[in-house]
Parts: sequence; C-alpha cells; structure tokens
Amino acid sequence: MRQITYREALREGLKEEMRRDSNVFLLGEDIAEFGGSYKVTQGLLEEFGHSRIRNTPISEAAIIGAALGASLAGMRPVAELMYIDFSGVAMDQIVNQVAKVRYIFGGKAKASLVIRTQGGAGRSSAAQHAQSLESWFTHVPGLKVVMPSTPKDVKGLIKSSIRDDDPVFFIEHKLLYNEIGPVPEEEYLIPIGKADIKRPGKDVTIIATSRMVLRSLRAAELLTEEGIEAEVIDPRTLVPLDEETIFNSVKKTGKLVIVHEASKRSGYGAEIAALVCEKAFYDLDAPIKRVAAFNTPIPFAPKLENYVIPDEKAIINGVKELFR
Amino acid sequence: MIPKEKSVELYETMVRIRFFEEKAVELFLKGRLPGFLHSSLGQEAISAGACSTLREDDYIISTHRGHGDIIAKGARVDRMMAELFGKKTGYCKGKGGSIHIADLDLNILGATGIVGSGLCIINGAALACQMKGTDQVAICFFGDGASNTGAFHEGLNLAAIWDLPVIFICQNNLYAESTPQRVHQKICNVSERGLGYGIRGQCIDGNDVMAVYETTSEAVERARKGLGPTLIECKTYRWLGHYVGDPSTTYRTKGEVEEWKKRDPVKLYRAKLLEMKIFSEKDLDEIDQQIEKEIEEAVVFAQSSPEPEVEDALEDIYVGPYIP
Repeated sequence: MRQITYREALREGLKEEMRRDSNVFLLGEDIAEFGGSYKVTQGLLEEFGHSRIRNTPISEAAIIGAALGASLAGMRPVAELMYIDFSGVAMDQIVNQVAKVRYIFGGKAKASLVIRTQGGAGRSSAAQHAQSLESWFTHVPGLKVVMPSTPKDVKGLIKSSIRDDDPVFFIEHKLLYNEIGPVPEEEYLIPIGKADIKRPGKDVTIIATSRMVLRSLRAAELLTEEGIEAEVIDPRTLVPLDEETIFNSVKKTGKLVIVHEASKRSGYGAEIAALVCEKAFYDLDAPIKRVAAFNTPIPFAPKLENYVIPDEKAIINGVKELFR
Repeated sequence: MIPKEKSVELYETMVRIRFFEEKAVELFLKGRLPGFLHSSLGQEAISAGACSTLREDDYIISTHRGHGDIIAKGARVDRMMAELFGKKTGYCKGKGGSIHIADLDLNILGATGIVGSGLCIINGAALACQMKGTDQVAICFFGDGASNTGAFHEGLNLAAIWDLPVIFICQNNLYAESTPQRVHQKICNVSERGLGYGIRGQCIDGNDVMAVYETTSEAVERARKGLGPTLIECKTYRWLGHYVGDPSTTYRTKGEVEEWKKRDPVKLYRAKLLEMKIFSEKDLDEIDQQIEKEIEEAVVFAQSSPEPEVEDALEDIYVGPYIP
C-alpha cells in the first residue's frame, strides 16, 4: 500500500468530500493562498476557489458562528481553528451555540459542521500554542470529539465527520502531520465511535490517544524484551467512545494503562478509568495507571517541555508498575 | 406610501406582540411559567416593521428578548405560548423555553441567550444564501448591550468584508440589563460604529413602525442586490425591567418610564392609521378583539397540552441516538 503523510491524507479527505458535495466548504485563518498554518489546505484554493476556501480575519468567534449559521442553512462547513488553544476565544459559539442548537430547538436544527483544529506539544510552542484540551470538549453534550493518530485514520475520519449530521470537534496533532503511514488509494470511511487495536497483546491494555499512540507502540515493542505483550488501543473517537473494545481488552489482560498528552488532572483518562471501574472493575487484577502530562502549563525550553510530556520511558514505567 | 394590506399587517403584528407579551407577563407574575421572562413590551414597532420587509425564506436571529421578533417573522403564538409553559407542543418541545424559541421552517434561527452571539451566527446563514446564489437576506436583532461584545465586532467586520446580505438591527432600549447606555459606552448612537466597518449605519426612531419599515426595506433591497450589510439602530425603550420582576427602580426613574410610555408605538401607529383615514376605530377594534381571542386560545392550547415525558430529556442532543 502506498505510504503518505498524515497531512496529505487529511488533505485528500477534505478534497474528496468537497468534490462529492458542493455544500462542503472550508473557512479559517490563512487557509487559502497560505495553505494553512500547518499546510493542510495547501493547493485546495486552486481547485475550489475563494468561495469554498475562505480566508477569515483573526476572529475565532466569527468563524465558528458563521460555520454554525451556514450549517443551519443547509451547508456543511469545515471550520479551522489554527490552534486548539484559540478555541477559548470561540468558546461561546462552540459550547453554547454549536453544541446546543439541536437540543434547545427541540430537535429541529442540525449543526452539521466540523471544527478542525490541532493541539499538542513538542515544538517549543509554549503554553498558549501546545495544549491538549480535548477534555474541555468531551465534557459538553452535543459535540462529537474525534482525535485520529494515523494517516489512514485521519482521512477516513475527516470524511465521516464531514458527512456526519452532528457537530464534530476534530483534533489533529502538530507533530503528526509529517508522520507517514499506509493509506488505501480507493475510497474508504472510518466510522465515528469505533476504536482500533493498533497492536494486539495479552498482558496489559494501553489506551492512548493522538501522538501518544505512536509512543505507546514504541513502548510496547520495548516491553517485549521484558516479556510483556501490551495491547495498544486507540479510541480514535472520544465521544462517542467505543467502550466495548476497551472492556473486551481489559477482560483479556486484566491490566489497564491510559496514556495521554493532556495534563493528568481531569484529563480524558479519568473518564476512561471511571468507566472501567464502573463497568469492568472485576476484570481488573491491578489498579488502573494513568500516564499523562504533569499539571503544568507547557514550558518553552525543549528540556522542560520533554520533561512534562510522557515519553516511552514513562509509559514503560507505568506499565511495569502493574507487574510488581 | 405603505400599501393598505401592509398597514394592516403592521398593525396586527404589533398588537399580537403587545397582547402576547402582556399575557406572558400576567401568567409569569401568577407563577404559571417556569424560568425567567424578558418582556419586549414597548419595542413592538421594531419587530413588526423590520420583519414585514422580509419574505418567508429570509432568515432572522433574535435575542433573549425575542418574542416580538419571532411573532413578527410569523411564528405561531400557540406553540410559542406552549414553549413558555414548558410543554411538549411548544416550538422546542419544552427544551428551550422563552429565550430559545425557534421555528426553523420559517427560517427563524432562534433566539440565543448569550448576548451578542447571534451577530456571528447570522453571517453563516447569509453566507449560505450568497454561496447558493439566492437573493435571500438575513436580519440579526440585538440590543445596545450586545454592541459592546467581541461578537459584535467580529460579526460586523466579517459581514462587511464578505458583503453578506445581513441587516443588523440594534434595538437600542437604552439599557444593557441595568446599565444605562451612557455608562456602558461613550457614544450616543450605536449606528456610528458602522463607519468603523465600512458599512452604512443609520439611526432611526424605533417606536415609529413606518420609519422602521421604510429604512429596513431599503437595507433589504440593497442586501438582495449584493450591496452588503447595513447597521440600523432603532431607538426604543423597554417598558419593564430587564426581566419580569425587576422593578428597574434602582437605575431609572418612574418619570422616565412614563415619558416613554407616552410614545407607545402601538398607540402612535393606531393614531396614524386613524389620521390617515385608512381605518376606522371600529376596524381597529375588531382587529384587537380578534387577536385578543387568538392569544386566549393560545393560552388554552398551552395549558391543555401535555407535559414532556422525562425520557424526552435524553433526545435531540444528537441527530443520532443518545450518547451515554
């Protein structure tokens, strides 16, 4: 199978959906001639023109509000928030408007839109450009939250998200854009709400999201030297969460480690841990371990940034704690 | 000169809003309605004058003080009343209440309870019309208080740069909740801000329904022709406090309220119609009686309607099923 980058796969997904459905259009800061801050939309202007590849002012509330209004009028907008950190500026639109219109209007409204954004550390972007804020959005009923880790997943999921009639908050990672992986040439979709077992194993379940999937897979390889076969699961979608795949794995391994780049306190790992405790507690033979970032803002200096974000060693140590 | 049928429509709409609001206040004070209620009594001319320039396929978005705007766009008063009671037959099945009434079939994109948010959402609806090449337009109602939000700035700027077919109508009732306009902004006329966005700003008497009708008509025509947005400020007065039960005595005088009540928009227009000899007292009394009956029937409909079932709380969050 051909190998392409996460960025290329994502761009292909956007292109295919725009060709398929003339109601799909993109709006965001610097997405047209400039091609987007991380070049995801590069080249799309040439094919689709300014009407459907719409540069906006630096006005995050206006971007999300316009996406919502357009979706209520029958369009399928894909709005780009350049950094997930900027969502704070648009939080009223995301939380009070996009997530609520269907409910407060008694089921008559459809907010069929996608908010694409990216988060994560690793480039010395510091505290306002490197956060992992997914749990802000998983906490709000009305949104779906998607967080793909591979080129194949990002393409299949952006296509499903655009076709979905509910609003999808789609979180990419700035250090995944250049990652290469196999992506089918033929068209495919990946369903929202389906986890993927990235590596089967029998001894411990590692649930990881976004860039931490890659680190967990490397950690799992290293763990084989210690005789531990880890199963690595990527939920891919946080809302709705594929609980079944998680519970089946925990039933098999009896041990659960959750890895995410967001700071540990009230991170999504807490939700997964609570669900497993509520519904699969008796399948566990060890406490649940969370491996997550320290509860700090993301520091600038590379040495500090590396320290607060979990690496392979932290994941390995987390797993080994359960085998004492 | 406004044609006779339009004159009847304007008068009927104003009376319908007046009677609806008076009845809602009465029911609220009797403790029959849950939640809170923001009365638009005194502001009827803006809703009636502005919406009567629209076609059914044009869009509006309104505010927490939105009953008048929604009635003027053609919403059914019985389903509105049922919503105030929190009944299943209400426009939002009892899930939205007074501040969220919407009728998507009439392209009423609801009333949004967060001050200023509609200024961003309306742009999307207008953009959809522009992209589809229709000549539909969109009206965004908002208050003087909203003119100090970031959403006002982002919304007007985006509408201006994209030449969107939007008419921004500021219902300047001189108070942002309890804060007088002279305290919350340095300028006297919100319309002056149009200049800052490169769009036309007009300031008119919001208690003169014919002035509202004529000014809005012109703005609507310009928008239909692709000449972009207009900001219209309508000076008016909120007869009651910010919410029903707010005596408003801590921030304004009874004398001021009485002075404004002398400029009752409904009475002013009635006098005008009689002066122009378009209608007799008897004609207008008949209209009043018929609408009074309509409102009484709306109350009966609302009161005799079923309550929602508790399970309904879990529906209409997503187009798909409830996500636990």
